[in-house]
Amino acid sequence: MTAATRPVGRPAPTPAILRQGLRVIWTGIRQQRGIFAIAVVGSVLWAAATVGTAWAIGYVTEHEVTPAVEAGEFTAGGLWTIFLVLFAVLVVNMTGVVLRRVAASIAGFNLQASYRQRVTRQYLRLPLSWHHAHPSGQLLSNAHADIEAAWQVFNPLPMAIGVLVMLVIAGGQMIAVDPFLALIGFLVFPGLFAANLVFQRFMAPRITAAQQLRAEVAEVAHESFEAGMLVKAMGREQEETERFGKVTNDLRDSLIDVGRTRGVFEPVIEAIPVLGTLAVLAVGTARVSSGDLTAADVVEVAYLFSILAFPVRALGWVLAEIPRSVIGFRRVDSVLQATGSMQYGEGRLPRTGPARSLSRQVSYAYADPGERAVLGADQPEAAVEATGPQRAMAIRNVTLDVPAGTTTALVGPTGSGKSTLTNLVLRLVDPDSGSVSLDGIDLRSVRKGEVPAVGTLVAQQTFMFDDAVRDNVTLGADLPDASVWDALRTARADGFVSAMPGALDAVIGERGGNLSGGQRQRIALARAIVRKPRLLVLDDATSAVDPAIEQDILGGLRESSDGMTVLVVAYRMATIQLADHIVYLEQGQVVDQGSHDELLGRCQGYGDLVNAYAREAAERAAVAADEEPTR
Amino acid sequence: MSTATRTTAPDDERGAASSEIGGSHDLSTWETLKRGFALSPELLKGLWVTVLLALFATIGKVLIPFVVQQATDHGILAEGGPDVGFVVTAVLIAGGAIIFTSIAQYAVNIRLFRAAESGLATLRLKAFRHIHDLSVLTQSTERRGALVARVTNDVDTISMFVQFGGIMLLVSTAQVLVATILMAVYSPILAGVVYLCVVPLVVLITKFQPMLARAYGAVRVRVGDLLGAVSESIVGAVTIRAYGVEDRTQGRIDAAIENHRVAAIRAQIRSVMAFVSGQAFGGITTAIVLVVGTVLATDGRMTLGQLLAFLFLVNLFTQPVQQATEIFNELQNAVAGWRRVIGVIDTPADVSDPGEGGLRLPRGPITVDFEGVSFAYPGGDRVLQDVDLTFDPQSRIAIVGETGSGKTTLAKLLTRLMDPSEGRVLIDGVDLRDVAFDSLRRRIIMVPQEGFLFDQSLLENIRFGRPDAADEDIELAMTELGLDAWLATLPLGLATQVGQRGESLSAGERQLVAIARAYLADPDLLVLDEATSAVDPATEVRIQRALEGLTRGRTSVAIAHRLSTAEAADVVVVVDKGRIVEVGHHAELVGAGGVYTRMHASWAAQQR
Repeated sequence: MTAATRPVGRPAPTPAILRQGLRVIWTGIRQQRGIFAIAVVGSVLWAAATVGTAWAIGYVTEHEVTPAVEAGEFTAGGLWTIFLVLFAVLVVNMTGVVLRRVAASIAGFNLQASYRQRVTRQYLRLPLSWHHAHPSGQLLSNAHADIEAAWQVFNPLPMAIGVLVMLVIAGGQMIAVDPFLALIGFLVFPGLFAANLVFQRFMAPRITAAQQLRAEVAEVAHESFEAGMLVKAMGREQEETERFGKVTNDLRDSLIDVGRTRGVFEPVIEAIPVLGTLAVLAVGTARVSSGDLTAADVVEVAYLFSILAFPVRALGWVLAEIPRSVIGFRRVDSVLQATGSMQYGEGRLPRTGPARSLSRQVSYAYADPGERAVLGADQPEAAVEATGPQRAMAIRNVTLDVPAGTTTALVGPTGSGKSTLTNLVLRLVDPDSGSVSLDGIDLRSVRKGEVPAVGTLVAQQTFMFDDAVRDNVTLGADLPDASVWDALRTARADGFVSAMPGALDAVIGERGGNLSGGQRQRIALARAIVRKPRLLVLDDATSAVDPAIEQDILGGLRESSDGMTVLVVAYRMATIQLADHIVYLEQGQVVDQGSHDELLGRCQGYGDLVNAYAREAAERAAVAADEEPTR
Repeated sequence: MSTATRTTAPDDERGAASSEIGGSHDLSTWETLKRGFALSPELLKGLWVTVLLALFATIGKVLIPFVVQQATDHGILAEGGPDVGFVVTAVLIAGGAIIFTSIAQYAVNIRLFRAAESGLATLRLKAFRHIHDLSVLTQSTERRGALVARVTNDVDTISMFVQFGGIMLLVSTAQVLVATILMAVYSPILAGVVYLCVVPLVVLITKFQPMLARAYGAVRVRVGDLLGAVSESIVGAVTIRAYGVEDRTQGRIDAAIENHRVAAIRAQIRSVMAFVSGQAFGGITTAIVLVVGTVLATDGRMTLGQLLAFLFLVNLFTQPVQQATEIFNELQNAVAGWRRVIGVIDTPADVSDPGEGGLRLPRGPITVDFEGVSFAYPGGDRVLQDVDLTFDPQSRIAIVGETGSGKTTLAKLLTRLMDPSEGRVLIDGVDLRDVAFDSLRRRIIMVPQEGFLFDQSLLENIRFGRPDAADEDIELAMTELGLDAWLATLPLGLATQVGQRGESLSAGERQLVAIARAYLADPDLLVLDEATSAVDPATEVRIQRALEGLTRGRTSVAIAHRLSTAEAADVVVVVDKGRIVEVGHHAELVGAGGVYTRMHASWAAQQR
């Protein structure tokens, strides 16, 4: 299923959207009360000055210009009055604009920043199963484009509020002049409202589709760039470009669709106030002829309308932004409301001596990654976690006891659940059933941060941060360089690190690009060692390290592992033989456990696995011997 | 002998001259615009029709206030009472003008949206394609998240300007011209005054432009950083949780968020300053015109009515000028986005397809030669030195050596993911740099240690190796590789979804898929770089046999730590500190007392 064909949740059309939009706006205003207030004050100043400009021109024309022209001479004082009155209004106007626009943008960007913080906190807080259901590219788009969409409305908002103020002032004036004429003018507003309702109705589904496609474009780009080397190695640049082209074109069509709707709406919104002005003129003239009004009254009302015509568009801008804002906010909110985070207790774990890890009757099944979530869609986020049938349980009723101070090896064929078990032991995931404890304390009952403080995992696939070697080892912990070097030495990484320009300060680059797989693994090992964990879990963590160095590392670990319990996933005989106890897994279940010799004697699967190379070598030797005489 | 690299870099600097993705800061605004429009020809397609329509719409917009003013002056305020007939006529004319204007405006909007989105889609696609054409080394100079920003948010930044800004600039210019002519007709002196007032604004705006450009440029960079930081927190989710470093990661993200916020606000403040100076110009111009006009009117050089009419024209003039300051802000924002996208597109692809002149080599047994090959990463020491090697057709080669000795570099040079800094790599006697990519990638395929999987089914992931393969071909390949037993453990078999980056599978399983994928592609030369390092020994042996059975017709190069691979190879190449120290059959080398002897002893000790 390609990204673009996935169903997109469409919200029920409006007027709900308008109501939700106002709620989003209100949420934002509450959070940025002070700054927003400044923006509104600025906007009111601006509104007053805009109406005031017309008044000021009228005032100086009547009191200075006309008398001067009629008299045929001017005074310096008179000219100064003209200039200063207009200038004063201008200064008020400019002050208003600066306050309004600067404060509005600060409020908007503050909101964006604050929601980015919240969303990324969720990313870090939500469990791995949630991450599996949400493509990285979509999450990136959520943290940027969706949040931007949600709060962009704050740019035109204060101006629109100023316009409302202006409408109130002008409306009051109009009513004072002639309520009947004012009423005609006010018919404009139901018109604007109706036009807007129709607009929202057409706009909401289109904007939803566009935001989802935006996320999908980011998703395809993210995945494709991550696969950069593979794409190149297989010469699939063209196919990938076509795949990206498909979502890009869908996004293009979707945005054109949005544009078409907006393209209708904007001229209509602009035309309505002008039609109002014309109506006032026509009706006003009739009333003047019938003697109900003076010509000057009509002119005044018509003039009030004409100065409103342009600013009223700001209302249109806000209304036009609302669907985007609602959809963006909905997508953001669905992340903020996502449940399924790990629950933590108040307990603590001991900090000294080797730890004992006990997993009792644990089972775990992965969620179906085919069931991916669409952010902000109608179905609740939690529904995503339903497990699909695509994979048998990764771990079934496994009991694993790793006594304090011992080394236990997990052995089993590829895909037998070893990595899943290591994740359970360190509570990277919680079991579906059964319990996991350290030193007899259930991991679910301890505080956040306790398990990582005590137990450390070196995963099969290393992850390097775009940082210096030192930071990749310490991960921000306050450790002296001497400890870092000690850890690097134990991981046999001191040699190549000291040869790098800058040594500990050498920046590795995202994903550790220029290091070999074995070098990355050794830095990852040092990262674990430097923390002196009470439980060290090595998940085939030396697979890319050559055998001699691996021996060195394991030897070094043994020396320095006083007070450390080790659980190691391994294939290599030498590694296995370092273990006091071996647990053999097949298809998510413990098939047998005991010492190496015991298992060799009674477990065929184990024997087949660990002796595969030896048998292979023997067979080759035999074949070679057979072939020898014929040559 | 005409590859792009050769023309840009002398032979001995090739490879070392790997490029970094640039920001194209050196392009001026004008050059950026020119490049931008050239990259998206859709933006200019049919533009003159749009401009014409926009001019019509503008005429309507100017006409309406004019008609309203006429209706007021000559209708309602007509001497001897309101002239109802005149007002009705005027209202009807204005009403017609509104309908006409609205339709024209609608047509303009649609045309602009279509042109803008089509043009930007093309730009996205070009940038995307070019990123894939960049060498692995160049790609790695920027974080993935930031690369994504270049084809998403950076492009989005341009859209506002190309949708509205550009056309408004043209229309505003037209309106300024019309207003200028009218003002000059009414009063050349006052027109001169207005133009004198424009001068300081032009000076100010010119000064603001580079400041704005810098500010918006900084915002784009911050967005890239932000997405890079967020991306790290998502992709590194397991490591972050395993080490409990959520707070630290959050700290870094927060810093990126804050930097972006500050940069965005700074850019906004600068744009407000630019806008306000436009506003000041409008207000001050009106005030000065009124003052000077008063003086002229007292002299009898113009009437009061003419003065008030002139104020209307001043408004017609200053309004588009003010709008232009706003558009210039948007322009600089767009240029900042454009520069980043152009920066990618203009980054030279240092390992590039020879293009039309590229050779297409016939399929079949393949010979490989390394001639005096050396390689250094940009700014680094040599990691490979003076490599001379020949791989015979249909032979099985094992490359062994310590981690970091240069084995993977060798593999990357062999598959032309990178070009050597010195010397050359030849297949069938032809320099790799002269072979067309599509031919090269058919013949040589590498399976890296950490093979990437797409968020699709197993079937689709394997089919990536040969897009035209039928389901049966893929099933057959799995059987031939002896992977059917593993497949049987998955209830959905080949339909199993592997999750993002294949995370639903274990590392070993991902390697199985990567091998099946390469196997299906059926290259003449298969390069396996630790491709089975995470697979259990029994499965590895099974795969190795399967590959061997089928490698009879092809050349295979395997990099492996498990020396079982070397024992089975025809030729073992031993790499040590970037040099080839031994070449020969396992049987010869194992007793030779060299590096290999030592390595093998430690391996054998492990197997015991």
